[in-house]
Amino acid sequence: MAEKIGVYVCHCGSNIAGKVDVEEIAQWAGENLDDVAVSRDYKFMCSSLGQQMIEDDIKKEKLTRVVVGACSPHLHEKTFRRACSNAGMNPYLMDLTNIREHCSWVHKDRSLATEKARALISAAVQRVKHQEPLEPMYVDVNPATLVIGGGIAGLQATLELADAGYHVYLVERLPSIGGHMAQFDKTFPTLDCSACILTPKMSEAGQHENVTLLTYAELEEVSGSVGSFKVKIRQKSRCVDYDACTGCGICVEKCPRKVLDTEFEAGMGNRKAIYMPFPQAVPRVPVIDQDSCIWFERQKCRACEKLCPTDAIKFDQEDELIDIEVGNIIIATGWKPFDSKKIPQYGYGRLANVYTSMEFERLCNAAGPTNGKIVMRDGKTVPKSIAIVHCVGSRDDRHNPYCSGICCMAALKFGHLVLEKTDAEVYSFYIDMRTNQKNYEEFYQRLLGEGMRFVRGKVSEVTDAARMPTEQGKLIVQCEDTLIGRQQRYPVDMVILMGALEPQEDARELGLKCGISCSMEGWYTERHPKLDPVATMTDGVFVAGTCQGPKDIPASVAQGAAAAARVAGMITKGKVMIEPIVASINEQACSGCKICNNMCPYNAIEFIEETETSRVITALCKGCGTCVAACPAGVITGAHFNNKQIFAEIEGALWDALQPAAESSSQAETVPASAS
Amino acid sequence: MKYAYYPGCSLESGSAAYDKSVKAVIEQLGFGLDELDDWNCCGATEYFSQNELVATSVIARNLALVDDRHDQLVAPCAACFLNLKKTDKLLAEQPKIRGKVDQALAAGGLRYRPGRVQVRHLLDVLYTDIGEQAIKAKVVQPLTGLRVAPYYGCQIVRPLNGFDNPEYPMKLDEMFTWLGAEVVDYPVKAHCCGGHMTQISEENAFELIRRLLQSAADYRADLILCMCPMCQLNMDMYQGRVNNFFNTKFKLPIVYFTQMLGVALGIDMKKLGFGKELVAAEPVIRGKLEGQTAAATK
Repeated sequence: MAEKIGVYVCHCGSNIAGKVDVEEIAQWAGENLDDVAVSRDYKFMCSSLGQQMIEDDIKKEKLTRVVVGACSPHLHEKTFRRACSNAGMNPYLMDLTNIREHCSWVHKDRSLATEKARALISAAVQRVKHQEPLEPMYVDVNPATLVIGGGIAGLQATLELADAGYHVYLVERLPSIGGHMAQFDKTFPTLDCSACILTPKMSEAGQHENVTLLTYAELEEVSGSVGSFKVKIRQKSRCVDYDACTGCGICVEKCPRKVLDTEFEAGMGNRKAIYMPFPQAVPRVPVIDQDSCIWFERQKCRACEKLCPTDAIKFDQEDELIDIEVGNIIIATGWKPFDSKKIPQYGYGRLANVYTSMEFERLCNAAGPTNGKIVMRDGKTVPKSIAIVHCVGSRDDRHNPYCSGICCMAALKFGHLVLEKTDAEVYSFYIDMRTNQKNYEEFYQRLLGEGMRFVRGKVSEVTDAARMPTEQGKLIVQCEDTLIGRQQRYPVDMVILMGALEPQEDARELGLKCGISCSMEGWYTERHPKLDPVATMTDGVFVAGTCQGPKDIPASVAQGAAAAARVAGMITKGKVMIEPIVASINEQACSGCKICNNMCPYNAIEFIEETETSRVITALCKGCGTCVAACPAGVITGAHFNNKQIFAEIEGALWDALQPAAESSSQAETVPASAS
Repeated sequence: MKYAYYPGCSLESGSAAYDKSVKAVIEQLGFGLDELDDWNCCGATEYFSQNELVATSVIARNLALVDDRHDQLVAPCAACFLNLKKTDKLLAEQPKIRGKVDQALAAGGLRYRPGRVQVRHLLDVLYTDIGEQAIKAKVVQPLTGLRVAPYYGCQIVRPLNGFDNPEYPMKLDEMFTWLGAEVVDYPVKAHCCGGHMTQISEENAFELIRRLLQSAADYRADLILCMCPMCQLNMDMYQGRVNNFFNTKFKLPIVYFTQMLGVALGIDMKKLGFGKELVAAEPVIRGKLEGQTAAATK
């Protein structure tokens, strides 16, 4: 029996209609494509009126298939499936073909774009005829959640879920949770003490009955899918028995090996070979840095072991792999600072009194290496003038094109701290002052009042080459003041480089493990930039905080809470729908060669020993099609993407190329003429 | 890779020491540079601002003269290097100019396809192609104890140079650490020497030159290494005038980097063109190096 197909072409306002002649295409499809019973165009097909139109047609015209030409399936496939479902049609008998992102948005020529849209609609019409009704499956959601990253975003997510009564595994790479926020002195624009607002959250997470804290640990492997992920965590060896240690700190005190602390102190202070990064660290269990410990270097010392009152030091402790099962994953892995040495003309690493912003944070911090005294590298001289250089590695084609978002405010905060603690003059060298959140502009106005000086221009270099006696012994900041249109030189004692926020070095790698992708720069890609900012394209995997893009503390906290709310919603619902778009193996024809077993990226194919055949575990299958293509016997079928459907789609796309051949059979005489 | 060599006009006259030392060094390193037959002037810095089409055609002629056996064109002069490199890029990116230049070349029976020849500065070839190991292996007179200030000037380090950081170049610094010299990391090494400013406004030119000499002297350099005839001329020939003008007492020899490379490779200083500079370099070099040898033998 022939199908009755309804074709619906969307204008999407002018998004599609601006480049594609949608009316013409709808009419053409109705007149030229076989089995098309209804063909319409409409201003906004996704609106309730548009959906109603489809539902009414299905009922009235007894449609058996529906094709919608509109935006990406990512946006509205669910919408149109639901509409079909409401009208009593199996939702998998609808095909949404993308004539917006794949056509109107990327083409300039209206007639060519229209032809492409025509081919796409034709392809969908041919394909939809072969689509089969499918029934979705439901799996239980494991109420436990994995949070990766113990910075403020991850902490917020953890506490929201834990307080709601759900179990959370919080994995942190470093020995303590707290993230970058633990390194800061004050936070803008309120100037409240960073530690004072952060540490209560840290200790709460450390003591919460619903939180399993895994610090000094990293994600090794993820398998399974939304609702039931299986995760392997590598607990790196601390060389300290976690349970036996009381956190008394004798080991740290007595350790004879001092090393530069490049992590927490940003290279501004020292730590021991056995250490807790900072006094409020959570957990209060130290780790031995095996690269600098004397025992690991030359089998001597063991002072910590001898003095530990609870015998908690274990030099032979090894990495441990911990298996956990969770229903959802929240990634909150944060950012890393730009390497300011990449801009050699600013002199970082060459000129002693050029600082990175993280170094200056530690310098300002009352718990930092100078107890919060702002002094130069010699450890005693108080600077008389300080230049703060904005956009170091941000908004720069040669490094990162994006604005790091927080540096203007951090620079203002630095300005305030300097003016408060010293008599120094402070200059800010900015391109544009970006203070566009609540109370931020007011903070800028406050600093203008406090006497911080602002120079609009990008610094061309920081040099110690003096030209005038007043420049002797100073760092000279050379910059075009673009408000007065002149090159200016500013001799100062200290320069602070506001380095860009960059994605973590291994962001891509972690993304691959969890099945989510990154932008060009390496920030995780959210499901929708406006309407779904913490979900990702992989169900059950969420992102929060700066791993998704530069943002300040309030925004990171908001995202942490948002991700937790999304996860809580999934847990409350209890079940999650799994697309029935999966592979299946014709076990009678399977030779048991096992090629597919190893190919499957989701470990979704098992081998049945008794029958010596392979079988797809449908709950794990993602429908990627790898096994379908790999099977040498061709006995694996991908539901919704079988050969018949794909070939029909290709034929449909090539409708114009196939046209003369169809004509030639009916009008045989004209063939020689056209061939010559 | 085979290298064609474009010496440029300066090396035939004012900076004969550069030419002499390049040839000596190349020979010592056992390396082939085939001088381009019938090359012409690159137009220096002025021609481009006078008449872009003629300037481009004049330079394109040199590119077209590189025969099929060579794929690299090496220039020791900063201005020649920049002009050749810029022209190659211009021809590749601007079909309008290229069409006219093609006609001009055709009139002389020549043609050039942009990108066929890779334009390289001599420093790039020595640093990248010959490299650290080969050069170190041939050092017989390490420059130990000699404080050298590498000066890049402003033309070699334009963003299209393709081999060093345009803002803060390091390749010449690195090369001289291979030779055992104490390299002075002074901040003005890529600042402008003034070029032909001496002909337009002496005072401004002198100030630009003074800054370079001052910074090198502040960092206690024994001498400045150049790789551009213009820079060498400005800092060497005008050093006395600068001293008079500012009442300073600079006495810094300005030599080509190939001259000092030659010394390290054990080539007789006479073969390296020393003595043509106005602020004599030989006594300084001998003083430092012999002092070193004497100390070593003690």
